[in-house]
Amino acid sequence: MGMRRRSGGFVLAVNPIQCDGFGHCAELAPDLVHLDEWGYPIIDKTPVALSNLSALESARLAVRGCPRQALRIERVSEAS
Amino acid sequence: MIGANELPRLLYGDAGRPLTLAQHEQMFPTGQRPGGLFEELEASGLTGRGGAAFPTWRKVKLLREQRHHHKFVIVNAMEGEPGAHKDQSLLSANPHLVLDGAEYLASMIGAKNIAVAVARDNPSVVNHVTRALHERERRHHRGPKFELHTPPWRYVAGEESALVHWLDDNESLPQYRPQRPSILRIGHSPVLLDNAETCANVGLIGRYGAAWWRALGTEQSPGTTLVSVTGAVARPTVTEVPLGTPVREILAVAGADANPQAVIMGGYGGSWLDGRHLDVPYANESLAAHGVSVGAGIIVVLSHSGCGVSETHRVVRWMANESARQCGPCAFGLPALADDLGHLAHATRDAAAAFQRLIERANVIEGRGACRHPDGVVRFVRSALSVFAGDFDLHRHGQACAGAASRRHFATVPTLEREDELIWE
Repeated sequence: MGMRRRSGGFVLAVNPIQCDGFGHCAELAPDLVHLDEWGYPIIDKTPVALSNLSALESARLAVRGCPRQALRIERVSEAS
Repeated sequence: MIGANELPRLLYGDAGRPLTLAQHEQMFPTGQRPGGLFEELEASGLTGRGGAAFPTWRKVKLLREQRHHHKFVIVNAMEGEPGAHKDQSLLSANPHLVLDGAEYLASMIGAKNIAVAVARDNPSVVNHVTRALHERERRHHRGPKFELHTPPWRYVAGEESALVHWLDDNESLPQYRPQRPSILRIGHSPVLLDNAETCANVGLIGRYGAAWWRALGTEQSPGTTLVSVTGAVARPTVTEVPLGTPVREILAVAGADANPQAVIMGGYGGSWLDGRHLDVPYANESLAAHGVSVGAGIIVVLSHSGCGVSETHRVVRWMANESARQCGPCAFGLPALADDLGHLAHATRDAAAAFQRLIERANVIEGRGACRHPDGVVRFVRSALSVFAGDFDLHRHGQACAGAASRRHFATVPTLEREDELIWE
């Protein structure tokens, strides 16, 4: 199970309607999230490998730390 | 029965004096269709006329596969673009054709309810539709139930998820849809939403079949389409043309400026097209080479006496005001774009810096809204940057172009409303 989950990648997805620009995600996952000049997150849409554990952990922190619960981790299979 | 090569098909009748049900049935007899309804729709290759040009049969197929007791068909005649009058003309010339098309769609997916959505700011169209619905009710025939809905007129209110949100929850605000294509729902019931013109075309295909319908238009974009022409024209017109007609011919119908500087294709979420390319056929496959599309069937003409930079500024300012203000990049980004364009339009001392900011901000905003409203504005700004590159250069260095001094404006923009006066429900 553990090994299988490591294949493929993930992207951090934001619901832009929920997001109010608190900016916690940029603090918790500085490698994945940048803020624009108005304080809203800019997230790279290219998938990050699930084997990159530190990135996955910081993405999880960002999801949990979002006061508006606007973030999700979306798994992307390798095929697509 | 209308011949396969005859025009008008969709706009039969006088705008403002709609055909009655009896006249309509005499003019458009049923029962001539050679094959099954869905097969004919698939063979016709009809694409949506609301702007996205998505194949209608694929939408219908997706909805047919849904196992639900209740389904809805929604006829979208909201027409948010200020330059558009096509759905309005269609519904006030031959509303029954649109309603027939909606009935065909409902029978294909098994829907029991049809909702017709017309903006309430358009009372004469609302009247025409109400009357047409009453006429049908008097027939007591079995079939899906029609309802008329009148959401407030907003630019984004005609966006499909916003319209479904209004019907579901009385707010014309777009919804966030992480996966596409997604099925919109009212409550739990799936919804098939099509533009009024698309429904009218379905009405024709349902009567006469795909072969008849494909007699006009090109191989890749068959059929006819309605075009609203405004701006520097003698008579603002809605006209029906086969797809593939040269743009110049369409402009001639409206008595447009014969040598325009540029035209807006597809509406304010569309793009500018340089006036030198007007001989291109009006169909998506040929327009794509110039980076434009048919969109919602709108052409706005800008003559040489106007200034492309200030026209773009006015349009973007209004589009920014029409943002639903749900997503940060749209709520803050679009007014920022409008401010930058304002500096450029008036060739202020900050213009050179504003030009740099404009390009950077356009890149930042793109693709970060829940709906495509910010992307449309970004596309519009980018097309202006390439079509009016010379004018932007002049404005950037503090010299306004010749047209900027004139007070003539060509793109119609409604008066800006204060943010707290915008009505969403």
